[in-house]
Amino acid sequence: MASPAIELSGIQKSFGSVHAVRGVSLAIAKGAITGIVGENGAGKSTLMSILYGLYRADAGEIRIDGQPMRMDNPHDAIAHGIGMVHQHFMLVDTFTVLENLVLGAEGGPLLAGGLAAARAELERLAREYGLSVNPDAKIADLSVGEQQRVEILKVLFRGANILILDEPSAVLTPQETDQLFRILATLKERGVTIVLITHKLREIMAATDHVCVMRQGQIVADRRTAETSPEELAELMVGRKVRLQLDKAAPKVGEVLLAAEKLSLVDHRGVRLLDNVDLELRAGEIVGIAGVSGNGQTELLQILSGIRRPTSGKLTVCGRVIDAHHPADPAEMRVLGLAHVPEDRLRQGMVAAFQASETAILGYQGEPPFCRNYLLDQPAVGRHCATLMDRFDVRPRAPALRSSNFSGGNQQKLVLAREMDRTPRVLLVGQPTRGVDIGAIEFIHRELVKSRDQGCAVLVVSVELDEILSLADRIVVMFAGRITGEVPAGRADERTLGLMMAGAHA
Amino acid sequence: MIARRPLPAWAEIAVLPLVNIALAFITVGIIVRIIGVDPFHALSLLVVGAVGSSESIGYTLYYTTNFIFTGLAVAVAFHAGLFNIGGEGQAYIGGLGCGLAILALDRYLPAPLMIPLAILAAALFGAAWAAVPAWLQAWRGSHIVITTIMFNFIAAALMVYLMVNVLIAPGSMTPQSRNFAGSGKLMSMHDALAAIGITVAPSAANVSILLAVLCCIGVWVFLWHTPWGYALRTMGHNPEAAVYGGTNLRHMTMLAMCISGGLAGFVGVNELMGVHHRIVLDFPAGYGFAGIAVALMGRSHPVGIVLAALLFGALQQGGTELAFEIPTITREMVVVIQGLIILFSGALVNMPRPWLQWLLSLLSSPRLRGEVPAKRAEGS
Repeated sequence: MASPAIELSGIQKSFGSVHAVRGVSLAIAKGAITGIVGENGAGKSTLMSILYGLYRADAGEIRIDGQPMRMDNPHDAIAHGIGMVHQHFMLVDTFTVLENLVLGAEGGPLLAGGLAAARAELERLAREYGLSVNPDAKIADLSVGEQQRVEILKVLFRGANILILDEPSAVLTPQETDQLFRILATLKERGVTIVLITHKLREIMAATDHVCVMRQGQIVADRRTAETSPEELAELMVGRKVRLQLDKAAPKVGEVLLAAEKLSLVDHRGVRLLDNVDLELRAGEIVGIAGVSGNGQTELLQILSGIRRPTSGKLTVCGRVIDAHHPADPAEMRVLGLAHVPEDRLRQGMVAAFQASETAILGYQGEPPFCRNYLLDQPAVGRHCATLMDRFDVRPRAPALRSSNFSGGNQQKLVLAREMDRTPRVLLVGQPTRGVDIGAIEFIHRELVKSRDQGCAVLVVSVELDEILSLADRIVVMFAGRITGEVPAGRADERTLGLMMAGAHA
Repeated sequence: MIARRPLPAWAEIAVLPLVNIALAFITVGIIVRIIGVDPFHALSLLVVGAVGSSESIGYTLYYTTNFIFTGLAVAVAFHAGLFNIGGEGQAYIGGLGCGLAILALDRYLPAPLMIPLAILAAALFGAAWAAVPAWLQAWRGSHIVITTIMFNFIAAALMVYLMVNVLIAPGSMTPQSRNFAGSGKLMSMHDALAAIGITVAPSAANVSILLAVLCCIGVWVFLWHTPWGYALRTMGHNPEAAVYGGTNLRHMTMLAMCISGGLAGFVGVNELMGVHHRIVLDFPAGYGFAGIAVALMGRSHPVGIVLAALLFGALQQGGTELAFEIPTITREMVVVIQGLIILFSGALVNMPRPWLQWLLSLLSSPRLRGEVPAKRAEGS
């Protein structure tokens, strides 16, 4: 390895009793793309936050181009040429690209001079790196891929030659991801050092030169990408052998349990969030809804689960007809036999401040055996939670522990356990494995297939195309509130799905 | 943001409030010193005034009763994520409710019927007064803090109008109703105790303190042991999760505020049925607002609220004695002292938390620092 751009040595960081980063030493090669992979909580984000000056390390040293540096805040990092592109964009929607670019670097009390200089600089960057964006376009009018390009430009504009990208593909279609990787390759040719944080092994294999695997706050492997394989990386991340392929038998499809006809949703500003959605869900099958996040999947789940009522159209759930004038609330949906694992479990599916046992009855609190003679039977609630924890291997097995103290994967398992416990006839699952580590993904997928085999109609909404491809028997693609295509899983491939996800009809 | 280790439960519940109170007393001591009074003398007068005799204990308990009602009222709304600043108005209108019931029926009904009916009327009127802001919040989106404050003023103006123009006793020069008949009066504590052979000095304490205890138990059972209380707390912590769980937020807002208003209305029971024995003006006297501090200090838990209410009751009674004994400490000075305690236990409640965390980490760190993370070969 040539002289490294960044050298970390002996970095330590604790939060209270949690030892998040344990003595990490790492050299990041100049002008190369280095991937950092690891499960949630492995310490990758903490390590990068230390490098970017968001956290101060308890011990250890950072060297940039051989010089020891102190990073006390992001300003120091930017001054040393380190830029970070966050997973969630930090852009002002109503500003133009140029205005966003100069935000925080306005160059004097009057904007005009700064803007002119920025325009010239933007043109140079566009030429040099092939990053073309219309400087006068409003951010709100740009596609997500273009917005991400603006984020990268913003960082380059501030003179960064070391770029950290945190899960950059989370919001992109496969095509946009490929485009991003082409941009990264160009940047690399121009000598920019790139650090890519991701949990998608496919992207590591496709885009990086080197890969570091983190587990439990330590670097457990540092490989040349060409010399490793996804299987090896997965095993290193989890610490044991992992099956990346899901075994499942052919589905035994039964009657239609959920049918949506021309469902539309228009919000109070008149924006059409859902546009004539037709969907059928039969017993014994898993239907996957693919799509880039924000294309109506969230709203569709809200309507199917009774949280929102449709503006027009008709929904039939286990024989009950629901429309704008005859809505059903989530409580009634549960009685009908529909269970719902929400997309955002922290915001919707659980109460962070409640004990795990209390979270484990959310939505069922008024039913026996939890409620008897108008009173909650706390011992029964606790026993129920312990049973769920045993069945779904939720760790630690502590029904009295605050829900927020469980890791993401265990929270998800608890919510899944709660919803699957009553053997629902229809199961809606939003982002089944968001923020869940590989070991738990395997388990969750197997449970979903098991439920399907018992005759449950399962709907899976996920932004992870790999997940949809491996789980679903039938794949439905959504774009801009519409269903743009439907393919049986056997005939689906990433390219055609990607085109549909970008709005092209199949 | 750097995550600190949270305080253990015992420190959170017991140590933190004590530190807050200690800080408040130190500050008060400095101020008292500045105006030329020996703080230790003042403190001893305060303590003796609050708990020095059976009479002063009686008065302390009488004040405590009011603080329990309004503290519980604020706490129930708080668990639902609603900030009920309208305890004052709800207490006032609650008092009107029990007063009206008694004025209408005390000549016809015996005490065993009259008293439960009047208590029910207090709860209903208090709940009704809270229901309007709740409705405005649930259906119209008007912020409940603003509307409950405004309803305090409306209640005060309405009561003045009613007392001066409608309910004033014929021939009376002061705006108060006629006296309640015997069936509308609650038994005083010294009479109740005398009936079982215990003699104490007469005071304003009356059996409505038993109602306060019942309310504490009721609130505890409701919030933590019924599905509705569960749904109410879910709404307070995470409204989206409550919707997901099948709770109608509008109905739950109404329920929470009606319970809250009803609890505040019980101040009228203690004041009018227990002490004044007629409807008077201005009897809520700030209890509704102090309830916010009581609930904050009591961590919105009935046990904590009882303890905080006892402290506030003692301060109220002791402060009155203090102002009486030391002329330089005026009535206003006593209010300043109470205000400082509210400031430290309410607004500044989290100020000593980092200090405590630091202190505790010092105490526990030698053990933790002993374990050096095991070295492991990195990379390959």
